[in-house]
Amino acid sequence: MRGKVVIAGIGHTAYGAHEGRSTVSMHAEAIRNALADAGVEKDSVDGLFVKFPTSRFEFMYGQKVAEAIGVQPRIGGVWDQGGAANIAMISFAAMAIEAGQCEIAVVTFADNPKTGSRAALAKPMSPDEVFGWFGAVGGYAMLARRHMEQWGTTADQLGAVAINARANAVANPRAQLRKPLTLDAYRDSRPIVAPLRRDDCCLVSDGGAAVVLMSAARARTLAVNAPIPILGFGQGQTSWNVEQRPDLTSTCAASAARTAFAMAGLEPADIDVAQLYDCFTIVPIVTLEDYGFCPPGRGGAFVADGGVGLDRPLPINTSGGLMSETGMPGMQLVIEGVRQMRGTAAVQVPGARTCVVSNQGGIMHTHSTLVLGEAQ
Amino acid sequence: MNIDLPAVPLPERDALSAPYWAALDAGRHVYQRCTACAHAWLPARGECPRCLSAHSRWETASGAARLISWVVYHTAFHPAFKERLPYTVAVVELREGPRLITNIIDSDPETLRIDQPLRLVIERESGVAVPRYAVAVPLVSAAVGDVRAVKAFR
Repeated sequence: MRGKVVIAGIGHTAYGAHEGRSTVSMHAEAIRNALADAGVEKDSVDGLFVKFPTSRFEFMYGQKVAEAIGVQPRIGGVWDQGGAANIAMISFAAMAIEAGQCEIAVVTFADNPKTGSRAALAKPMSPDEVFGWFGAVGGYAMLARRHMEQWGTTADQLGAVAINARANAVANPRAQLRKPLTLDAYRDSRPIVAPLRRDDCCLVSDGGAAVVLMSAARARTLAVNAPIPILGFGQGQTSWNVEQRPDLTSTCAASAARTAFAMAGLEPADIDVAQLYDCFTIVPIVTLEDYGFCPPGRGGAFVADGGVGLDRPLPINTSGGLMSETGMPGMQLVIEGVRQMRGTAAVQVPGARTCVVSNQGGIMHTHSTLVLGEAQ
Repeated sequence: MNIDLPAVPLPERDALSAPYWAALDAGRHVYQRCTACAHAWLPARGECPRCLSAHSRWETASGAARLISWVVYHTAFHPAFKERLPYTVAVVELREGPRLITNIIDSDPETLRIDQPLRLVIERESGVAVPRYAVAVPLVSAAVGDVRAVKAFR
């Protein structure tokens, strides 16, 4: 089904803080903007796929969003995969369209961990809280340490990930952090859970974002402007407890990418630009390796030695990513991928015709990969 | 003891994990081994994650382990840990195979190395026995060999 389903519209709220505003309200704004971008009437939406929020527990959340936007979906639901959910839902929505289960699907995200509750990000990892094992940053630090010790990855190479993201965000008016980050400033940032410093950690942000999917044929009928074909997708998942992973330095990103590249009929060398989930600096490094852009253990050098700049083999995180554009868990990367393929990004990679986007959740528990092609 | 300090959160026990904590209280660190396929694991669960058999027994670990990875907390995510900063949390693999989250005690974290040999030290936290690990101190006569073994692992 390579290229048979397209992303026809993208939309989002402002990135940053939305104090006092419900997640459902942010969904509604993001969906309104995505439908307007696609030129699609709300009443034609018959698929609604919603990411589970982290700021509060919700029940029948998909139906709350459906009610707020006044639609009665034929198919949909709420996905619990952490940050991998957005691309995973795009995959399920594309398959649902191809299987005739719906015709026009909305995939939507909204959350408010900045002004609401960020407890999900700092929770104890039971039954191990007696050892002081708390928070997502601790889990990622554990993976980073093993990678540094096993492969010789350095703190400055981690810093290069954050510096690259910031350099792109400086030119992106939508980004939350636009002051350049120097290596000295990175080195001076305080340790949170060593080996990770504050500047190894992404933003925590409020906001919503949504995309509209339909078949490529339907997009032609509706004369959608610049529909972006979905060339491939894939997923991978592993165990709950970090210590139970057979390998701390390689993740299910590898199987997700294999599936997505095979579906797209492409190889890493065919990819012009990548948006790699960067909740912590170690993650793009591991993802570059698992996706096959560089050999295992070489991800740090690949970034630090300039492999990811705009004129380099693989520009990454051209909008600033989670590090600097906004801390939203993943949908902004999909939206930036669409903009790159449309040729409308704030930091545009000239002539880019293929884009890979990674999403991942938990502490690399879940992974999803999306391959996009040029506008049709 | 400062009674104003918040207590460290203690492990939740249930019927499955009760034998684990009871053994620690008696000075033994135990893990589960499947009586059908011989797979060994932690933490406590009702079914073998390899063959799904519901039949397992508790075995006593030797106390020998190796360091898979470690981190140093400079931020307290719970008030009870504020006065312990910085502290080390590690992934440790028992010689028998199971892995667990624990603390590394009595070591400068700067000197730790992955795959380094460790030994069990059972400590009490608000009266509850918990498994922690220290760097295994080799016998003087074996010191050179142990250092080589560590380097070979790296």
